[in-house]
Amino acid sequence: MEKHERDHMRIVIVGHVDHGKSTLIGRLFFDTDSLPEGRMEEVKKACEELGRPVEFAYLMDQLEEEREQNVTIDTAQTFFKTDKRHYVIIDAPGHVEFVKNMITGASQAEAAILIVDAEEGVQEQTKRHAYILSMLGLQQVIVVLNKMDKVDYSEERFEAVRSDISSFLGRIGIEPSYIIPISAMEGDNVANVSDKMAWFDGPTILEALDTFKASPKDMSKPLRYPVQDIYKVGDKRVLVGRVESGIMKPGKEVMLLPSGKKTKVKSIEVFEGQKESAGPGECIGITIEHPLFVERGEIVCEGGSPLSSDTIKAHVFWMSKEPYTLGEEMLFRCATQEIGCKIESIDRKLDSSTLESKEDSPANLSDMEIGEVTLKLKSPAVVENFNDIQELGRFVLTKGLDVSAGGIISTRD
Amino acid sequence: MDHIDELESKSIYIIREAYKQFKKISMLWSIGKDSTALLWLCRKAFYGKIPFPVMHIDTSYKFKEIYEFRDRYAQEWGLKLIVARNEEAIKNGMGPDKNKLNCCTELKTNALKQAMAQHNFRALLLGIRRDEHGIRAKERVFSPRNQEFQWNYKDQPPELWDQFKNKSDEETHLRVHPMLHWTELDIWKYVQREGMPIVNLYLAKKYPDGVSRRYRSIGCETCCNPVESEADTIDKIVDELETTTVAERSGRAQDKEQAYMMQKLRALGYM
Repeated sequence: MEKHERDHMRIVIVGHVDHGKSTLIGRLFFDTDSLPEGRMEEVKKACEELGRPVEFAYLMDQLEEEREQNVTIDTAQTFFKTDKRHYVIIDAPGHVEFVKNMITGASQAEAAILIVDAEEGVQEQTKRHAYILSMLGLQQVIVVLNKMDKVDYSEERFEAVRSDISSFLGRIGIEPSYIIPISAMEGDNVANVSDKMAWFDGPTILEALDTFKASPKDMSKPLRYPVQDIYKVGDKRVLVGRVESGIMKPGKEVMLLPSGKKTKVKSIEVFEGQKESAGPGECIGITIEHPLFVERGEIVCEGGSPLSSDTIKAHVFWMSKEPYTLGEEMLFRCATQEIGCKIESIDRKLDSSTLESKEDSPANLSDMEIGEVTLKLKSPAVVENFNDIQELGRFVLTKGLDVSAGGIISTRD
Repeated sequence: MDHIDELESKSIYIIREAYKQFKKISMLWSIGKDSTALLWLCRKAFYGKIPFPVMHIDTSYKFKEIYEFRDRYAQEWGLKLIVARNEEAIKNGMGPDKNKLNCCTELKTNALKQAMAQHNFRALLLGIRRDEHGIRAKERVFSPRNQEFQWNYKDQPPELWDQFKNKSDEETHLRVHPMLHWTELDIWKYVQREGMPIVNLYLAKKYPDGVSRRYRSIGCETCCNPVESEADTIDKIVDELETTTVAERSGRAQDKEQAYMMQKLRALGYM
């Protein structure tokens, strides 16, 4: 598969409620001429009907209730472009009740903007969102200190908040690529260089974003191909799925895990044809040399070392109103694997807004708590350390029907 | 993989996931460009043979080009086609000359409800996109609907790492949106790349007043207006969209009637 320069990037904007996310997005659209004609008129008209001044934030906060309450309920996506590329921008709600929406949005991003009100400084949700960015493995982060107009564009104030946020981010392993003083309302340092902060010689937000790289597809990792389903196509049995890492090629010696059966890839099947190779992210189908019994959830792997385990150490972020109590059964879902599980022990529990340790030997996890846990699965799963192969190093836990927690794997035993 | 390959791959993954999880599913085909692209993706996902029925909600007010296109490709692609109509409302004279919100509710939403009850589908694939309309930006890929077909957008399940919601008993069905991440321009680039057939209403033609127009978005003949455009080929449409700032749905009556009509329609179970 040839390397292709990506011309799109997905970014997420996160931060504490009222620190200016929606306003920033409105500003980005306005300054890059990315608004569809009619959209601004629609917003103006709606604002008039409601007897409110026109605000950029309304562009994103489309829903009626949101207009009335002035908060972003859910994560929304939309698009703007610079000379360099298109950006898909994911707005994520800052309100504490909506963290699961924020995670939904942020899990799709390749880069993040963390927005902090320069007047209010670092708040609870600033910290929680930053932690979630680190859990999601986001490396490209811009911190913007917003509402500089409200602190008279003071360099002193900027430095104070900058040092605060830097030290917090340091603790969770995030090193921001840029920290930029802005005013989304007034348009300072968003698309245009501010003439009110001569003391700052860094980039505008757009300049900073344009330096980021689309997440590189690493071809050098070993092949991992989770089987999604088995189709009968003509007289062929086709194992459909998505290459999560490495390269799929006909002739490759592979092992199906956790069953441990060995075989060879015979062909790569796509609609009306075959392919010579397929890389990460490609949805394909394969046929194999041996007539083995294969089910959804098995992983077609290369590489010798045994990879499956039924005991997993992980960090989980609980995001359900219904807490978890030790001993309760859940479903572990990682790629196409779905296996019953229990949390065997909660080795440490953290408050996600402070990252302080909570009680000793905890027996439950509640909404928005982080647990360092040991998971016991009913049968072995094929997993990786998050830092090696993200796609098999992250999972969700479902209790009942909804996703209750997201987790990343630190070690497997 | 280029950008279009990535979009396609992500959609195929979701389509296969929906079929694996629910089996008893259907796809809504309005014959417009988005759902025709979705149909195309389904054909690719299942190697040319879509294993579930494709449903057309027919208000009886569609353009004749839509009916022709539907019948031709349903045959050519070997589709199991379900045509869903609220016959009773049609017989009783429901039409856009009454009240537009009522008309959409009767001929679209209720026609869909009747068909869902009849066939008992557990999930419905829809070709909606996030960039279409503000409210659609809030959608999840797997989006539950309750017994009244309502969408509770305030309390949606989290969705991360392509792990989607399972269906619960309180819901009639799940809406599955494999193309949420596409834009209008992406669709046209895909049509162009794949050489996919498309209803010719999208291509500009000269009107008796000498002005050239085309439809950006199609639905019922009675409630769609063409926009001025010289784009009479797919290539020209792609060029046009690279530069335009006219909103896609600017020719659709639904969005204009009143400030929150689209939102009300969605909450009532409209696609």
